[in-house]
Amino acid sequence: MKVHVDMNLCQSHGECVFAAPDVFDLGEDDVLTWKEEVGEDQRAAVEEAVQVCPMAAIRIEG
Amino acid sequence: MSTAAPIVIVGASLAGLRAAQALRKADPAREVVVIGQEEHLPYTRPPLSKQLLAGEQEAEHVALPGGDLDVTWRLGVRATGLDRRAHEVVLEEGPPQPYDRVILATGCRARPWTGPGAELSGVHVLRDLPHALALRDELRAGARLVVLGAGFVGCEVAATARRAGLEVTLVDLAAHPMLPLGPAIGSRMADLHEGEGVALRLGVGVEALHGDGRVNEVELADGSRLPADVVLVALGAQPNVEWLEESGLTLDGGVVCDATLTSVDDPDVLAAGDLCSWPHPLAQGDRIRVEHWTNAVEQGTLAGANAPLDPVERAAHVAVPTFWSDQYERKVQAVGLPGLADAVEVVREGDGKLVAAARRDGRLIGAVAFNDVRGLMAYRKALAAGEDVPPPGAADDAEPAPLANGAR
Ligand SMILES: Cc1cc2nc3c(=O)[nH]c(=O)nc-3n(C[C@H](O)[C@H](O)[C@H](O)COP(=O)(O)OP(=O)(O)OC[C@H]3O[C@@H](n4cnc5c(N)ncnc54)[C@H](O)[C@@H]3O)c2cc1C
Ligand code: SF4
Repeated sequence: MKVHVDMNLCQSHGECVFAAPDVFDLGEDDVLTWKEEVGEDQRAAVEEAVQVCPMAAIRIEG
Repeated sequence: MSTAAPIVIVGASLAGLRAAQALRKADPAREVVVIGQEEHLPYTRPPLSKQLLAGEQEAEHVALPGGDLDVTWRLGVRATGLDRRAHEVVLEEGPPQPYDRVILATGCRARPWTGPGAELSGVHVLRDLPHALALRDELRAGARLVVLGAGFVGCEVAATARRAGLEVTLVDLAAHPMLPLGPAIGSRMADLHEGEGVALRLGVGVEALHGDGRVNEVELADGSRLPADVVLVALGAQPNVEWLEESGLTLDGGVVCDATLTSVDDPDVLAAGDLCSWPHPLAQGDRIRVEHWTNAVEQGTLAGANAPLDPVERAAHVAVPTFWSDQYERKVQAVGLPGLADAVEVVREGDGKLVAAARRDGRLIGAVAFNDVRGLMAYRKALAAGEDVPPPGAADDAEPAPLANGAR
């Protein structure tokens, strides 16, 4: 599955980092980084990240 | 009650939507009915004091994804009672809605000003989308805005209005803004607003609003009078529980629940979001109510997952509360229950960033950060694990790794 984040929407709240720490991370100056291609084992965690993102910035494809 | 009746959610906002999504996920075939008094499908409130109020977003941008969910939406419908014996939600109009299990998610409303001058035009509250659109219409550069209440909504609106070129006065009975975060944070928030040109009137109450049809003056308890073109009443929120008064459910300002968000009186009744009062481990089992976005998401999701289950199978809600507030370029974030702390101590500060630890009887119960999500993350993880982060003064190398090494 593919993970998309709309960086125009993202406000670096970090909720996704807490929900799915193996997929999302905050780098220098709190800019979000994430893995675009992740395995099925991460689906539940990424789905949770989608739910908790206050900006509705995260989308799952596939 | 026959299991043919649907699971009903009352309140079609954030907690209600998340509950509906969780129910749908658990059982694609189960009939789910969502009753909401607003005409709109669920939308997100935080932008109402920020991006939407600033004109950067419009009504369509605040819609929450999920409005197309395959459940029965009954919008513009107000619930007026819960008849638990008949297993029915009583509605303002039309026949009652039968339920098998019901999730209460009617949230809060803005606490109004009830003193003299409440009826004047130009006096606003901010909770729902129409409130935000009405207030936005009046935020014209050069106008004088007086904000009653320096809680998070009051502070955010002050910031948005200041950036829009209004003259802003922020009034609060408390000695500093954002009272629950303690004086260390509050004094820094006061400095921020003053630096941006907001006039602060702290430690003084409001006596009356004056005007002739339309508000033109705010009178304070010390006799001073503030000229005003627009007034925002931001005196906090009150739970929408009046409709439940005759239900026999225990209410203590919210709907009193156990750790699984199930009413202490009735296993067929659950609650989620701003109106739910439940025992939290961080408060040592005391009941708390949390009026923040992420809590509504987490509780809605859990209540939706729990509702179809037998009470003994239901999971407990133990998530650590978190919250954010954006004012000017500062992102204030908190985790845990800093409002219950007896000491909030700044751990690190500089470069526009800050991290503070909140303790009660020496025990870590929360943390606050400015512009430092990574700094806060260590505390969030520690709180979730029931651990502490060593207080300042402890050896530097005792700091948990994520503080120094958050990046991958
Ligand atoms: C301006 C503003 C800014 C905010 N900013 C932030 C922020 O930056 N960060 C943060 O963490 N939180 C923020 N919040 C708080 C957050 O929006 C709330 O915690 C969240 O909306 C709670 O969701 P809820 O579903 O529990 O309740 P609500 O959103 O209050 O929804 C309850 C719904 O139930 C409906 N209802 C009430 N009574 C009845 C009835 N009798 N019958 C039918 N329907 C009924 C209401 O009309 C409403 O639609 C903000 C809130 C506001 C108002
Ligand atoms: S939760 Fe959403 S807004 Fe926050 S960092 Fe993740 S993608 Fe960005």
